[in-house]
Amino acid sequence: MADTITVSVSRYRPEQESEPTFQDYDVPFRDDWAVLDAINHIKDNIDGSLSHRWSCRMGVCGSCGMMVNGEPTLTCAAFLSQYAPGPIRIEPLRYFPVIRDLVVDITSFMTKLKKVKPWIIRKEEKALSEGEYRQSPDELDAYKKYSMCINCLLCYSACPVIGLEPNFIGPASIALAQRYNLDSRDEGALERLSILSQDDGMWQCTFVGECSEVCPKDVDPAGAIQRYKLTGAANWFETILPWSSK
Amino acid sequence: MTTESGYTLYHPKWYRHPVSVWWWLSSWGYMKFVLRELTSVPVAIFSLLTLWQVRSLANGSEAYARFETWMSSPLAVVLNVLIFVAVLFHTQTWFLAAPKAMEVRLSGKRVPDILIIVSNYIGWGVVSAVVAWFWLGR
Repeated sequence: MADTITVSVSRYRPEQESEPTFQDYDVPFRDDWAVLDAINHIKDNIDGSLSHRWSCRMGVCGSCGMMVNGEPTLTCAAFLSQYAPGPIRIEPLRYFPVIRDLVVDITSFMTKLKKVKPWIIRKEEKALSEGEYRQSPDELDAYKKYSMCINCLLCYSACPVIGLEPNFIGPASIALAQRYNLDSRDEGALERLSILSQDDGMWQCTFVGECSEVCPKDVDPAGAIQRYKLTGAANWFETILPWSSK
Repeated sequence: MTTESGYTLYHPKWYRHPVSVWWWLSSWGYMKFVLRELTSVPVAIFSLLTLWQVRSLANGSEAYARFETWMSSPLAVVLNVLIFVAVLFHTQTWFLAAPKAMEVRLSGKRVPDILIIVSNYIGWGVVSAVVAWFWLGR
């Protein structure tokens, strides 16, 4: 087994270059190293000028998403051994504007996420004295999958619609809207439906399905969007029925 | 501070990757998607052929004979074989996709995806068997 593996990292230093270039680094090849460990090794021991985001190292914070060999990947959850003998190509998440090296600007996502009101909406709050909102295990199960999203944005980088129509509200935001729609304590489904039925909402999705393929948490955003389309279509159909009051 | 590179202090100078028109060739997942979408064209052609068949039937035996002559020409046979393959591909992609759009719950528990996919295939099999029965028994 080779002692080292070559990692080819996309560098973009806006004060020096007008577009990204690749820089190769040889890092120790260790079975127990994730790709993120290799990038941290470069930052700490070889080239301190490299910029990247990371935090928890255990697939929870969602900060270390990058393109590894062209695939959106959570670098803390992908091991060097998967890519042996290398070289491994590391780039910033696709379709997001690059600020520096591997750091992308996620402002657009933050705006989109807020738009779908990802919180529990109640028409009227219960009084504290009435106690908590109870939920059965089955009611929890109805939305739990969608609540596992860590906002790592791999799904945005997998979605060609995001590349072609940057205003598309995107997989994770719609999955999170579904997470609250399906919550038995929530009463905001119609409010979200009217937001997501707009031009940049769910109907932009052409069901490529890659968002669910790359999701490290099995959230299945593609499924969430298709189910939402079904709800939207059923809701529209109800409005055209002659006896409809909508 | 130098401004030679057009870099505004404290403001990011983003780099945006252009999206190539050939983006769909970059992965098998994307290609499968484009194939699925493209196979809807043969599906539409098949629908038109069926409408033509119904119209010929309504226009009497002479018109129907003309339709049958055209359908047995080598060009039409090749076209139909291609359409058949495309429709098969198209159909199975939607059977595989069905559980994504429909979450069926029985007494609070989610019905596994595979059951929804298999039930679609069974439905298809039953319809095909009925059609075959009519065709063979005529």
